Amino acid sequence: MADVSLDNVFKTFGKTEVIHGISCDIQDGEFIVILGPSGCGKSTLLRMIAGLETITKGDVSIDGTVVNRLEPADRDVAMVFQNYALYPHMTVFKNMAYGLKIRKMPKAEIKRRVEDAARILEITEFLDRKPKQLSGGQRQRVAMGRCIVREPKIFLFDEPLSNLDAKLRVQMRLEIRKLQETLKITSIYVTHDQVEAMTLGDRMIVMDNGYAAQIGTPLDVYERPATRFVAGFIGSPAMNFLTAVVSADGRQVHLHRDISLTLQNGGLPGHGGQKIIMGVRPEHFVLGQAADAMLHLDLDHVEILGSDTLAYGHLGQDKTQVTLRLPSVYHFKKNTVLHLDIPSKNLHFFNTDTGQRIEMQA
Amino acid sequence: MVEHRPWLTFLTHAILIFGMLLLVIPIYVTFVASSHSLDEITAHFSLLPGTQLVENYTSALSVGPRDVGATVGTMMLNSLIMALGITLGKIFISLLAAYAIVYFKFRFRMFFFWLIFITLMLPVEVRILPTYKVAADLKILDSYPGLILPLIASATATFLFRQFFMTVPDELCEAVKIDGGGPIRFFFDILLPMSRTSIAALFVILFIYGWNQYLWPLLITTDESYYTLLIGIKRMLDVGEGQAEWQIIMASTILAMIPPILIVIFMQKQFVKGMTETEK
Repeated sequence: MADVSLDNVFKTFGKTEVIHGISCDIQDGEFIVILGPSGCGKSTLLRMIAGLETITKGDVSIDGTVVNRLEPADRDVAMVFQNYALYPHMTVFKNMAYGLKIRKMPKAEIKRRVEDAARILEITEFLDRKPKQLSGGQRQRVAMGRCIVREPKIFLFDEPLSNLDAKLRVQMRLEIRKLQETLKITSIYVTHDQVEAMTLGDRMIVMDNGYAAQIGTPLDVYERPATRFVAGFIGSPAMNFLTAVVSADGRQVHLHRDISLTLQNGGLPGHGGQKIIMGVRPEHFVLGQAADAMLHLDLDHVEILGSDTLAYGHLGQDKTQVTLRLPSVYHFKKNTVLHLDIPSKNLHFFNTDTGQRIEMQA
Repeated sequence: MVEHRPWLTFLTHAILIFGMLLLVIPIYVTFVASSHSLDEITAHFSLLPGTQLVENYTSALSVGPRDVGATVGTMMLNSLIMALGITLGKIFISLLAAYAIVYFKFRFRMFFFWLIFITLMLPVEVRILPTYKVAADLKILDSYPGLILPLIASATATFLFRQFFMTVPDELCEAVKIDGGGPIRFFFDILLPMSRTSIAALFVILFIYGWNQYLWPLLITTDESYYTLLIGIKRMLDVGEGQAEWQIIMASTILAMIPPILIVIFMQKQFVKGMTETEK
């Protein structure tokens, strides 16, 4: 049980700076997901909290105490590794008991804690086996059991589900969330999988190249992405980006000479005449009537997934590629024209140079 | 690959049997000779076991060869002490050296690694004179430390353990750190048990290496009570004008072969495992 605070944390390896100042306050009992593509520094950040990497600049505090110079053991954290890192020569019981044994806990107490954890994780029958004799999912449970028995202040997860097959991943995802809700232990979870991030986290930190691009609740990040990177990273299929010019009064955007969208809300009055990037999620297109539709899409390709239909096409003279996702099944023919509307509230605008979000007036 | 060519089968078997006989016959002759009396050996002896087997071996083990001053039993014990000392010492030092090189960051780490690696290419014989001088100055000639210490460092074993340690995932070390253990715990609780099979394989190789040491013990032992068996056999042959006690020599030779064979027989399972698989 602890809150964690990152205060302007930097990390450099040799001469390369990989984390460029991240600040975040994590509440007691909160489940935080650090999300980002590979190489964005998310694992490094987690390892700095764990104490496996030194902190170049800034402070990491746990429960108000700066832990920068503390060994991992003294930070009272437990960690699940991507490859589980179970001790191969020890039985499951010994694997789980090892951390407690080092802390010189009485044997009876160790036994009680390990058996309790094994019951919660449903691995009681495997306690005498070696990791080699377990399946991926079972090893994953043992790795979590090793953390639970410690009753640490913080759980750290480093892409724990990435070695599992898709079905097991969904199941373990649910279990991790349930477990965390039961134990109420502050958890920090690193992943590159946006679905895990959306479903697990109370809040998420979206990382882009060593910067925290956005920190917020999953829904917040989905609905109001702070940068073009976040907008493109969250959501599948990815958001469509179109270059556009704002009209002088800010009430319209011109996609090309031939396409103009009228903004139904307050529009972008402060940005008249500017070149901007407009983002639309594939799922936010609405089929409209030929006469008054905003956009006319030339259809290139259709994928019917059963639950949804994905349509790929291009717009206007410069043939900007656009993807849309429509609920339920549509049997479109190739090379037809789709008439589309987009509710103005579902439009996102970003600065062309900085990629920062531009808010519309209500 | 399945081939049905009778002459090829015949040929391959013939070559293998020939090779086997080449290796086995000398040992067989040695064994047969060790069961005959000296008179029979020096005259003409049949290739069937004789009647003196028990007498020859008892005499070798308890009385010892003439002019050598130590029984074969003593010499075997010396050989065993030296072989075990070298083996265990080499394994222990190599484990520690490899642990340092793989898991600790210190200045000139790679330099020291290459320094160790380069000594792989130097056989004992190359450094034997300076080593002798050092041993003499340390006054460890004619002693067990003298037999063992100069041979105790092993670049090969260090290199092997280094290669093995490098295949151990870093996360294991980190898991121990998070579990609250330090470097000593990681070494003894995780790394050592994981290296079990490699250690067993090296034990076999190094024991045979140690048991078969010849030049170094020959140089530094003048006191019979520190003779190793191989030196003893050499001394038994140095009889000048006299008659060598062939029946004792042959019995000693057979006895010299037994410990390495036993080690191989008892440890072959671990040996094969250690050479082929790593527990991860």
